[in-house]
Amino acid sequence: MPNVSDALVQARGLRKRFGSFEAVRGIDVDVARGEVFGFLGPNGAGKSSTMRMIACVSPRTEGSLQVLGMDPGSDGPRIRARIGVVPQLDNLDAELSVRENLEIYGRYFGLSRRHVRAKAAELLEFAQLAERAGDPVEPLSGGMKRRLTIARSLVNDPELLLLDEPTTGLDPQARHLLWDRLYRLKRDGVTQIITTHYMDEAEQLCDRLVVMDGGVIVAEGSPTELIERYSTREVLELRFTPEARPEAGVLEPLVDRVEELPDRFLLYTADGERAQAELARAGLTPLSALVRRSSLEDVFLRLTGRTLVD
Amino acid sequence: MTSPTTPGMPAPPQVPPILRMLPAGGYAGRSRMLLLRSATASRRTWMAFVSGFFEPVFYLIAMGQGLGSLVGELPGPGGEMISYAAFIAPGLLAASAMNGAVFDSTYNVFFKLKYARLYDAMLATPLGPVDIALGEIGWALIRGGLYATGFLSVMAAFGLLTSPWALLALPAALVVAFAFAAIGMAATSFMRSWQDFDLVTLAILPMFLFATTFYPLSVYPRWLQLVVGCLPLFHAVELMRALTTGAVHLGLLGHLAYFLVMIALGITVAARRLDVLLLK
Ligand SMILES: Nc1ncnc2c1ncn2[C@@H]1O[C@H](COP(=O)(O)OP(=O)(O)OP(=O)(O)O)[C@@H](O)[C@H]1O
Ligand SMILES: [Mg+2]
Repeated sequence: MPNVSDALVQARGLRKRFGSFEAVRGIDVDVARGEVFGFLGPNGAGKSSTMRMIACVSPRTEGSLQVLGMDPGSDGPRIRARIGVVPQLDNLDAELSVRENLEIYGRYFGLSRRHVRAKAAELLEFAQLAERAGDPVEPLSGGMKRRLTIARSLVNDPELLLLDEPTTGLDPQARHLLWDRLYRLKRDGVTQIITTHYMDEAEQLCDRLVVMDGGVIVAEGSPTELIERYSTREVLELRFTPEARPEAGVLEPLVDRVEELPDRFLLYTADGERAQAELARAGLTPLSALVRRSSLEDVFLRLTGRTLVD
Repeated sequence: MTSPTTPGMPAPPQVPPILRMLPAGGYAGRSRMLLLRSATASRRTWMAFVSGFFEPVFYLIAMGQGLGSLVGELPGPGGEMISYAAFIAPGLLAASAMNGAVFDSTYNVFFKLKYARLYDAMLATPLGPVDIALGEIGWALIRGGLYATGFLSVMAAFGLLTSPWALLALPAALVVAFAFAAIGMAATSFMRSWQDFDLVTLAILPMFLFATTFYPLSVYPRWLQLVVGCLPLFHAVELMRALTTGAVHLGLLGHLAYFLVMIALGITVAARRLDVLLLK
């Protein structure tokens, strides 16, 4: 557990209600300096609501919250001066050019004109947008806009970066480029909190993460720990034709655990090859069989009984 | 409390007493950065400025020269006879200060609030709702002021400024624009959809036509005089007409007070509502 002095974010019993609906239902979170921390969960889990409370733009309903050692309720502006925020939906300024988006945003932090001019040039390089510096924002591709939003969040050299689904809607190439940028920031010591639906993203980026569902935290740990704790080393994925599809009960004796999905079975086992051989001995002939390593997707399925991205 | 700050990042200022009734933590003292933003953005939308300038000029020519040739002269605020153009010009001046400010603080603000999520982006920085309210109202005011300057120059060119007091018409137009911008922004914070903007037109258009812009108050029956006497544009027109014709008296301070109340009310309501709307 991180001790208090290097906890950049500390929440205890944090709750958020919208009218009678409770979106965040009492969560405890500790994020240490230099760490990349993830919130993983399906739509409506309460990830964005939590991020907005940490970003000091949404007052908490109950519980305690400390960000950079201060209380968002009373020190919002001071905290916001030292954090960077990438919201779930881009909110770039469509009336300004790419460069002006960075420069003017920097001025909102009270930075000097000279400082933001140099910073904008540096960030345009970082986001690979230098050629588009003078262009309006609207015609940029989704990936470019996202990179610009991330660049914008860095204009005040934040100690803590909040990224709400940074790569949703991007193609694989654009995602990898973004991941690379986030790695670099981590290397430079920027603490990051990331929300995502993507298991591979969480596994790639996060040192530690929590799985959220329905406003509560259902598990916490490093990606490897979570996989060890809630899943097996390997997974055998089987597809059958509707006629040959067996009952799940038939498969259960062969492995540790079976998940039945509409289109396939997931068989959890330490040794996928051996399970496959036993399957053949039992006279079962799947349409396709695939052995893969367990991922956070499996952890999530185990914890919530649901798939994360369909 | 001390905290390590990033180099070059000034600490938020102490809140001046007058702003204490506004949302706590809502003021970083940087509303001028919104002016900077609007000025930068407007470099691409200067056509809107140009059309806002010409509108009252067209009215002045069409009504002042056209209608004026039928009407002839009529008594001004000081009792002396003035041309019809000289009578309506201060009315148009007041109306253009109102229109510029209202347009900016209603349509433009609503768009930024609901569609562009611009204020959400700003609130992720140390800026607070009070910075936003003051910054946007300030920009509407600058715009109203530019229109007023333009129109005053046209009045001067037509020989319609007959008193040195007319110099004060510009600051008066700024006060009027400020008041309409503040109230406009407060009203916008209650709007739910574009349909609600029909109410803005419904308020502005009759005011433009009846608030003694085109005829003196004496043409109305007593009850209508009382109604018109309550309208903000009426007070603006009275102020402008007195200044541009030199019929200055102490009663003008009453009109000024009317606008100061509008300003205080508008800013307070707008900042509080922004707080509720954006920080949820
Ligand atoms: N301003 C609001 N008013 C009312 N309800 C809200 C508001 N914001 C969020 N909610 C509700 O709170 C719940 C959690 O929303 P939240 O945006 O935090 O989820 P999320 O985990 O970020 O989901 P997603 O993956 O879809 O972004 C949802 O049911 C949502 O409808
Ligand atoms: Mg979300």
